[in-house]
Amino acid sequence: MTASVAEVRGGDEILLAFARALRAAGVPVTQDRAQGFLAAASVLDVADERGTWVAGRSTLCGSPDDLDRFDAVFEAFFNARDGLPRARQVPSVTPSQSQLPETDAIGEGGVEDDLESIHARAAETEVLRHRDVGSLSASEKQRLAGMFATLHPRPPLRRTARHQRWHRGQLDASRTLRSSLRQMGEPTRISWRRRGRKPRRVVLLVDVSGSMSDYADSLLRLAHRLTVALRVQGGVVETFTVGTRLTHLTRAMRLRDPERALVAAGETVPDWSGGTRLGETLRIFSDRWGQRGMARGSVVVVFSDGWERGDPALLAEQVQRLHRVAHRVVWVNPHRGKAGYEAVQQGVLAVLPHVDDFVAGHSLATYAELTEVISRA
Amino acid sequence: MEPESASDVAARLATTGYLCDGDLATVTFLALRMQRPLLLEGEPGTGKTALAEAIAESLELPLVRLQCYEGIDATQALYDWDFPRQILHLRAMEAVAGGASEGTVEEAEKSLYDERFLLARPVLAALQQSPAVLLVDEVDRADDEFEAFLLEVLSTYQVSIPELGTVKATTPPVVVLTSNRTRELHDALKRRCLYHWIDHPGLDREVEIVRSRAPEVSAELARQVVEVVQQLRARDDLAKPPGVAETLDWARAINHLGTAQLDLATAAATLGALVKYREDGEKVRHALDQMLRA
Repeated sequence: MTASVAEVRGGDEILLAFARALRAAGVPVTQDRAQGFLAAASVLDVADERGTWVAGRSTLCGSPDDLDRFDAVFEAFFNARDGLPRARQVPSVTPSQSQLPETDAIGEGGVEDDLESIHARAAETEVLRHRDVGSLSASEKQRLAGMFATLHPRPPLRRTARHQRWHRGQLDASRTLRSSLRQMGEPTRISWRRRGRKPRRVVLLVDVSGSMSDYADSLLRLAHRLTVALRVQGGVVETFTVGTRLTHLTRAMRLRDPERALVAAGETVPDWSGGTRLGETLRIFSDRWGQRGMARGSVVVVFSDGWERGDPALLAEQVQRLHRVAHRVVWVNPHRGKAGYEAVQQGVLAVLPHVDDFVAGHSLATYAELTEVISRA
Repeated sequence: MEPESASDVAARLATTGYLCDGDLATVTFLALRMQRPLLLEGEPGTGKTALAEAIAESLELPLVRLQCYEGIDATQALYDWDFPRQILHLRAMEAVAGGASEGTVEEAEKSLYDERFLLARPVLAALQQSPAVLLVDEVDRADDEFEAFLLEVLSTYQVSIPELGTVKATTPPVVVLTSNRTRELHDALKRRCLYHWIDHPGLDREVEIVRSRAPEVSAELARQVVEVVQQLRARDDLAKPPGVAETLDWARAINHLGTAQLDLATAAATLGALVKYREDGEKVRHALDQMLRA
């Protein structure tokens, strides 16, 4: 069929028109790509449909996402249905830019509804990012669980006492001289150095009391994501749950698989959805862990709504103590980002003067902001 | 020497033991004919690197491999001066001549930047040896700056060395870039290349691949192994679905144990060749139980 049309309009013109159609469909076809397409098609036989198809795919497309669109446009443009493969399955490894965590519905259907469903799904994902995690249904929670993998936290850095080699910065005189001496005094390459950098420790204190029970699952998922993601970058994240007692959760959080980690956490923590004795447990944390070194110079993040059953004065005192030891104290309140929120709870009022950052934490979008706050601390 | 058509390319690759489908053969043919770099993306273990090796073998060209890694720079990819040898050369001249006059200083300097003191790294080596096959492996691991540098080389196929002049390939090398898509490559680099996504092969094709790469494995065992692997790939709960390389390893491992039939005991014992994560191992062990019982 391409051959018959080609007699009337000329092959190149048709191919260029196809490239334009593809651009209209959202594939970034540039002029040089179109040129490449013409060159490739001229190497192959024009009447060979499959050849044109391969030439177009290899020259006009640049990523797996383009390939599906290409197939759809090719089919519509040349009306060629026979002998060509159907839309290919979306590969499981997709870049984070276009990552749609809910993949089971995509790829099975035909090309036509694929594009639409991708758009719809993308919009849905975007909505889910901003929804309050406390109000999600079970299935939505499950989908959100997959989306935690889209968070890419970076560790906060601290400067170390030692210098390290660097390609610019200060002159590393001793290294330069030493290497020169090794060459019997010949001038050699000049070495440079800068102050070393190391990830700061991050300590997460997650309130798992009754008033926070809707958020506990998501917060532990966030803690797991932070632990795993920072660990590969050399950072250390320590996680504790606070409620009526203090529980060290780091070991559970270090399991690679998030589901296993959550199950392990569930088995470790004895006081799910209990009461809140925040001041008391923070005191125990500082006594047993924080003051001895874990909180020293680290970024301490407390996830709590500030409903305190005990004495707010004790809470204030303990947060102040924590603030003196830690590099930075971040307080995350799930209610903070909601409309009409005012800091009226006694607990919140008590701690506000002693925290460096007071941020929202009720949706995935706010968690992403939180990871930014942590990495800049 | 130069292949005439896509089917010719496929046939030549097949003689080296690399079986590819028509589309990949066509793209390879286009890359050879249009003298454009070939950018291969796909899951790990689908034979991206093997394609470059097969092209080199079938065209009887030397293969120059540049393995990319984080922090790779031009001196590791292009060329470097052999500093100790240059010093040695200077000392030798000193010893021979004693005191040097004004005119010879320049000459001595010039003799330092001679081709024999040049250490050719992969890209320069490929240009010097051309025609050759240059494999830039896992380009997604390198940094953005390195990509820009590659771009420069790939568009002109020449390298300028300030002290020596320009090295230009007599015939452009066949360039194959592979990427595991851990990072999106820059569009400018992609535009220079012919792009192809390599998928996992279908059942029959994979059986053929196992038979040709591991001829010692019996036909029956090969089919059984591939069937299991294909079913595992269809599940989407594995952290790392097995690639063709893993299939081959597994088939060979089972064969080494002297079993001609896939059974649960050998399969479980050799699972380490197939899946490399503990979590996956447990899932696969459960799945195997059901698959082999059916």
